[in-house]
Parts: sequence; structure tokens; C-alpha cells
Amino acid sequence: MVSPTALATKMHVKDWSVWYGRIQALTSVSFEIQERDILGVIGPANSGKTSLLRSLNRMNDVDPTFRSAGQITLEGRDLYRELDSRQVRRRVGIVFALPLPLPLSIRDNVTYGPRLRGERNAARLEELTERSLRAASLWEEVKDRLDLTAMKLSGGQQQRLCIARTLAMDPEVILFDEPCSGLDPISTAKVEETMLQLKEHYAVVLVTNNTKQASRVSDRVAFFLMGELVELDRVDVIFTAPKDRRTEDYVTGRFG
Amino acid sequence: MRSPSWRRAVWTQRLALSSLFLATMVALVPAVVVIGLVLARGMPVFSWKFLTTMPTHGMRAGGIFPAVIGTLELVALTGIVALPVGVLAAIYLTEYARDHGLTRLVRLAIVNLAGVPSVVYGLFGLGLFVIFCRFGASLLAGALTLAIMILPVIITASEEALRSVPQSFREVSLSLGASRWQTVRYAVLPFAVPGIMTGTILGMSRAAGETAPILFTVAAFYLPRLPTSIFDQAMVLPYHLYVISTQIPNVPDVQRYGTAMVLLGLVLSLNIVAVVLRAHFRRKRQW
Repeated sequence: MVSPTALATKMHVKDWSVWYGRIQALTSVSFEIQERDILGVIGPANSGKTSLLRSLNRMNDVDPTFRSAGQITLEGRDLYRELDSRQVRRRVGIVFALPLPLPLSIRDNVTYGPRLRGERNAARLEELTERSLRAASLWEEVKDRLDLTAMKLSGGQQQRLCIARTLAMDPEVILFDEPCSGLDPISTAKVEETMLQLKEHYAVVLVTNNTKQASRVSDRVAFFLMGELVELDRVDVIFTAPKDRRTEDYVTGRFG
Repeated sequence: MRSPSWRRAVWTQRLALSSLFLATMVALVPAVVVIGLVLARGMPVFSWKFLTTMPTHGMRAGGIFPAVIGTLELVALTGIVALPVGVLAAIYLTEYARDHGLTRLVRLAIVNLAGVPSVVYGLFGLGLFVIFCRFGASLLAGALTLAIMILPVIITASEEALRSVPQSFREVSLSLGASRWQTVRYAVLPFAVPGIMTGTILGMSRAAGETAPILFTVAAFYLPRLPTSIFDQAMVLPYHLYVISTQIPNVPDVQRYGTAMVLLGLVLSLNIVAVVLRAHFRRKRQW
């Protein structure tokens, strides 16, 4: 049994603020992302959850109106000043809200990242494909048809394929952006199961609109409201004895 | 009870419908008549031999072989020159350029380029490629001139094709650690190829039918031999048609209409290929 305090800090967010043009999306947010831990991020629409997630792997860079202040570090190194954006995205993988496979074969989807990084060895790519699909609990369903186009898979399978694709890059942190918003309950259960397995090796951040999901899979939960971090604590504290009134209102469904 | 205003409404309706129908027919009829006339008058001379033999008797008889070959070579060369330039420009405009003064100026230039009369391109080609670059009247000079003329078509079509690739593909690719160029190369361009091909073929079909731009840059009145290099002049269909219609007396009608038919057939089949290709890939598209 590892006590929460023994977990190593993977990423450190310090006084982080984000603007898109003149609109402020995040206001001076500070917290830590820990190894072998799922951090659930909850909050209503426009609370800054997605802005936060996109800050953590520099996906905001493509938006020309994006500005930021503060600091985010990955193993002590500054994400925006010391690391290259491509490096960051390899080490901090993301799974998007909708299943977004590229219209390629299942195999080519999984190996997309490694191939572009320069991996040419067929045997190694083969091994990587199997390992990633197994880790995303999809291998048994697709092992006989790896050359089939990914578009033929069901929504739930596509989302697990996207997880496999992220895992194939061997990241250190995995960000989930409402990964089950388009899925049925059974697919959702499978994706949640996958997340719990991933926690054994990775630091996981899960942004979700589904409060119940956050309570099921998270170790710690952060509640965001209008760009501010209202409260961050162990999952049982957030759901049974939150310190802030607004958190309580939100998790009990009394909000708004 | 049918009131007078109701009856008036019925009449207005009928009048509107018939004028709409008539206007549509006005557009359709000439196309049918042109194609029908050319077919009817040209068919008697049309044969494999007409396509594959040299003209004889001062181009009053025989085939149109050199003009057919010249046109095919010219159009192919035009495509080879225009395609990469057009696609690269489109990639820059859609994937890299931010919306500022320069890009707006470039877009304005492209739109205007499409509106320049073709004879001006001919004169431009004469000045730049034939004289200044010393290519002489040659396939190369003609192809470069035509390439500039069809560049707007290819750029516009390619831009549209690139924009129709979902933004999410780019996001996914970047999120997997790809560079911007890798993203364009592997997650955008492959899915834009059908649209780019369609645009290029339409551009080439336009190039195949133009007379003015090739007048001073490549077209030869008559050549006893086929061109052997890109620095040779060539006979080409549109100019050949012009020559036998206006410059040589006593050319039998059937020779002219036969030539017109071949030219029309070439242009129409390129257009049809483009349309079929587009329909095919649209059906096959997975997203």
C-alpha cells in the first residue's frame, strides 16, 4: 500500500493563467500531477478544464490568440521555455473527447506517432502495435483485422484505438478530455477499466463532465469554476466533505 | 370562389415557371447544337487513320497526328509544371500563412490572375519565356505560359480540397508529436489528393482548348516532323483548327469539323474524367 504522499510529482502547475485574445480562460491555477494517480478534473462548461488540458501538452500553441502566464514543469523542466513542443506532446499524450481515428488502417493509426518519430523497424512496430492495443483492451477484438480501416470500428472501439495510439508513443502522462462523452455505458465501462489499468504506469488527468465518472475512477479530484481552481482534494473528501460550498453544490447536482 | 387575385397569382406562377424553364433551355440548347453539329459534320472524316497520319496536300487532306501529339505533350507538360507549384502554394496558404496583409494580397492576385484575358498570357509568355529566357517558341515556353494561366484553377481547387480535410486530423497528428510539415504530409495531403487531382485535370482541360496563349509561344503552322525535345515547336489542335479554318484556302469542311471534333472530344473527356473521379472519391470518403 502506497500512501498518497509517497507518490512522486510528475508535473507542476504554478500560477498558471491562460487568455484567448482578451478572454481569460484560466486564472492563476496551481496544483501537481502525480505519478500512478488519476486526477479527475470536474466543473461546468467554460470552467477552463479544456484550456488547462491543452496547456499541459502545448496543444494551445496552434491558436494564435493564445497567451499564458505562470509556469508548468514536467519533471522539473519548464514546458514552455526549456522543452520543444513536439517533445512535450510525445511525453504528455492526449485522448480527445470524440473518437478521432485517422482514416487509415488500425495498424497505421497505432503506429502513427512512432513512425513519424522515425521508427522503421517492422518487427518493433508490430510488437508495439500489439502491446499498445493490449494495454487499451482492444487487442482481442481486432487482432485478426489490423489492416481494416479504423473507420469501420464502433465508437467505443475507436476510442480505445485512440488510447492505444497515444500509448504507442510511450508517454509519461496521459490526458483524457471527456473521453466517454460520445460512448454508450458499456463502452464507457471498458474505457474506465482501461484508465484504471493505465494508472499503474502513468500519471493520468481525466477531464470529465460526468461527476459520477470522476468519483468512480479518480484518486484526487479538482473542481474548476469560471477559470479558477476552487478545490482539489482526495476523491472521498470532494464527494463527501468538500470544504467549499460551491464544490458541494456542484457534486450534489444543486448547481446553477 | 376563385377571386381575380387568385387567378392573377396562378398566371404569375405560370409565367415565372415558363421563363425559368426557357432560360434553362437557352443554356442547354447551344451545347447540344454545337456538339451535334460538330459530330454530324466531323464524323465522316473521323477514323483511327485521321488521328494517326500526317496532314497532306498543304493540310487540305490527311490526318492530324502531329497536332494531336503536340497537344497531348503540351498539356502533360503543363500539368507537370503547374501541379507542384499550385499544390505547394495552396499548402502554404491553407496550412501555414496567417491571415494578414500579404496573404490577402496573394489571394487577390490569384483571383485576378483567373480573370486575365488569355491573349495577355500569350503576350506575357512571349516576352518572358520565348524572348527573355531564350526558350524560343517551344513546348517548354508554351507549357510554362499555360501553367501560369491554369495556376489559379489548381490553387483554388487544392485550397478547397485541403480545407475540406477535418481540422481534427491536424489536431490528432500534432498531438502525436508530429511536426507541422509531417502533419500536412501524412494527415492532410493524402486526404486532399482526389480534390487536387480533379482541379488539376480541369485546369489541363482548359489548357488543352486555349489558342491565344500558345499562339506566340509554341504553336507551329506546319511541321513535317514531330517535336523531339521540349525546346521544339509543336503543332497543336486549337491552332491547327484556326490555321485550316482561316489561313488556308479551300480546306474541305470535313477536315475542319473533324479537327474540331477531336479537340472537343479531348476537352470533354478530360472534364468527364474529373467529374467521375470526384464522384468516385466522394462516395468512398470515410469521414
